[in-house]
Amino acid sequence: MKSDSSMPVSKGKVVTAVFLKDVQIELRSRVVTNQVLPFAGLVMVMFAFALDNDDVLQRVAGGLVWLATLFSLLIIVQRSFAIDTADGALDSLRVAGIELSAVFFGKAIALAAKLVALEIVLIFSALVLYRVDVNATGVVLLVTCVFCATSGLAFVGTLYGGLTAGAKGRETLLPLLLLPVVAPVLIAATRATEAAFGSGGAQTSEGWAWIGLLAVFAAVFGVGGSLAFGSLIDE
Amino acid sequence: MIVSFSDVVVVYDNFPALAGATFEISRGEIVLLQGPNGAGKTTLLRTCAGLLPIVRGSANVLSCDLTSDRFSVRKKVGLLGHANGLFHDLTVEENMSFWSRLIGTSDQDVKTAMQIMGLSDRLCTTRVANLSAGQKRRCALATLIVRRAQLWLLDEPHAGLDTQGRDELDKTLRAAREAGATVMFASHEIDRARNLATRSLMVAGGLVTES
Repeated sequence: MKSDSSMPVSKGKVVTAVFLKDVQIELRSRVVTNQVLPFAGLVMVMFAFALDNDDVLQRVAGGLVWLATLFSLLIIVQRSFAIDTADGALDSLRVAGIELSAVFFGKAIALAAKLVALEIVLIFSALVLYRVDVNATGVVLLVTCVFCATSGLAFVGTLYGGLTAGAKGRETLLPLLLLPVVAPVLIAATRATEAAFGSGGAQTSEGWAWIGLLAVFAAVFGVGGSLAFGSLIDE
Repeated sequence: MIVSFSDVVVVYDNFPALAGATFEISRGEIVLLQGPNGAGKTTLLRTCAGLLPIVRGSANVLSCDLTSDRFSVRKKVGLLGHANGLFHDLTVEENMSFWSRLIGTSDQDVKTAMQIMGLSDRLCTTRVANLSAGQKRRCALATLIVRRAQLWLLDEPHAGLDTQGRDELDKTLRAAREAGATVMFASHEIDRARNLATRSLMVAGGLVTES
C-alpha cells in the first residue's frame, strides 16, 4: 500500500465520471422514468381535461409543455442532489480535492439528459393530446429551443440544487428560489414553441428572437454557475 | 511535522468548537483523539481536512497553510466521517470505480483496496443499499485506501464493524502507517483504540491536551 497522493485528473475526466455516475444511478433507480415522466404526463392530461377545448389547448400547448417541464425539473433537481447528500458523498467530493466546477458541469449535463428525455415525451404528448402540428422549419426551431432551454434549466437547476443541498427545508426552499429565476426560460421557450407549433397564427420566424434570449440565459448561468458552484457547496 | 496547530479557533454554528487548539503530529504516528461527545473531535478532523475555515491562530497540515489556503490540503488527506460517502444505488465496485476515476488511481488499486477490506466478489456486485452497516463502513474505508491519502482522518472508524472487521481495520491502519501515512482518529472504544494508537490526545471544551 502506497501513501502518495494520486495523479492529477483532468477536468474532462471528472465531468465524465460525475455525468456517468448520475446517469448510472438513474438507470438503476429509474426515478425519472417511473415517477417523473408519469407525473409530467398526468399534468398534460389534467390540463387537457381542465381546458377541454381543442382551440384553447392548441393555443396554450407550448406553455403547458414548459410548465410541466418546470414542475418536473424541481423533482429531478431534488433527486439529483439527494443522492449526493444522503450518505455524505457531497462532503467526500469536496475532500477529494477535485475542481468543483467540473462536478457542476457533470451534474448539469446529466440533468440535461434527463430533461431532454422528459421534454421529448411532453412534446409528443402535446402533439397527440392537443392535436398541434409542426412543419419542417418548426421542427428545427423546436429542436433548437429544446437545446437552449434545457441547457439553461440544467445550469440553473444544478446551481440552485447545490445552493439548497445542505439547507434545512430544502424541499420547499428550492421551488421558492428556482421558479422566479427560470421565469425568463418559461416565457422565451413558450413563445418559441408556440411559433414552432404555429399556435394562434404565429409564424415560425417569430420564434428565433426568443432563442437568442434562451442562449444568453444558458451562457450566463453556465459561466456563473461554474464559478459560483464550488463556493456554494463549500459553504 | 505533518500537522501543526497553534491557538486555532474554529466557529461552528456560532459556537467555538475549537477554542485555541494547539498540538503537533509527526509523520507515521497513529493518533487517537479522545473526549466526550461535543468536545470538538469531529470539528478538529474536518478542520485538518480543510473543510472548515479558521477564525484565529495558525494551522499547517502537510505543508499547507490552512489559514490562507484550505483547498490544497484536500488532495493529500482522506476523511471518513460519520457518513460513509457512498452512493446507495450503485454497487460496491461501481462506487470504488467512481472514486478511482475521480482521483486517477488504477483498477488494480481498486481491486487491492477491496481485497484489503475483505470485500468479496459477491459483495462487490451488491448494491450499497443492500449492505449491512459494517459492510458499508468497510466499503468506505476501501475508498480511502484507493485515494492513497498521506493523512487519514477517521471519525469513529470502528463503528458498525464486527470483530473481524475491526481487526482488519486495525491491520489496515498499521499497514498505512508502515507505508508512511499518518493517521488521526476519534474513537469511543478506548481499549481497542489505545492498543492501536501510538499517541493519544484529549479533546475537551475545544482545547487539545496530551493524554
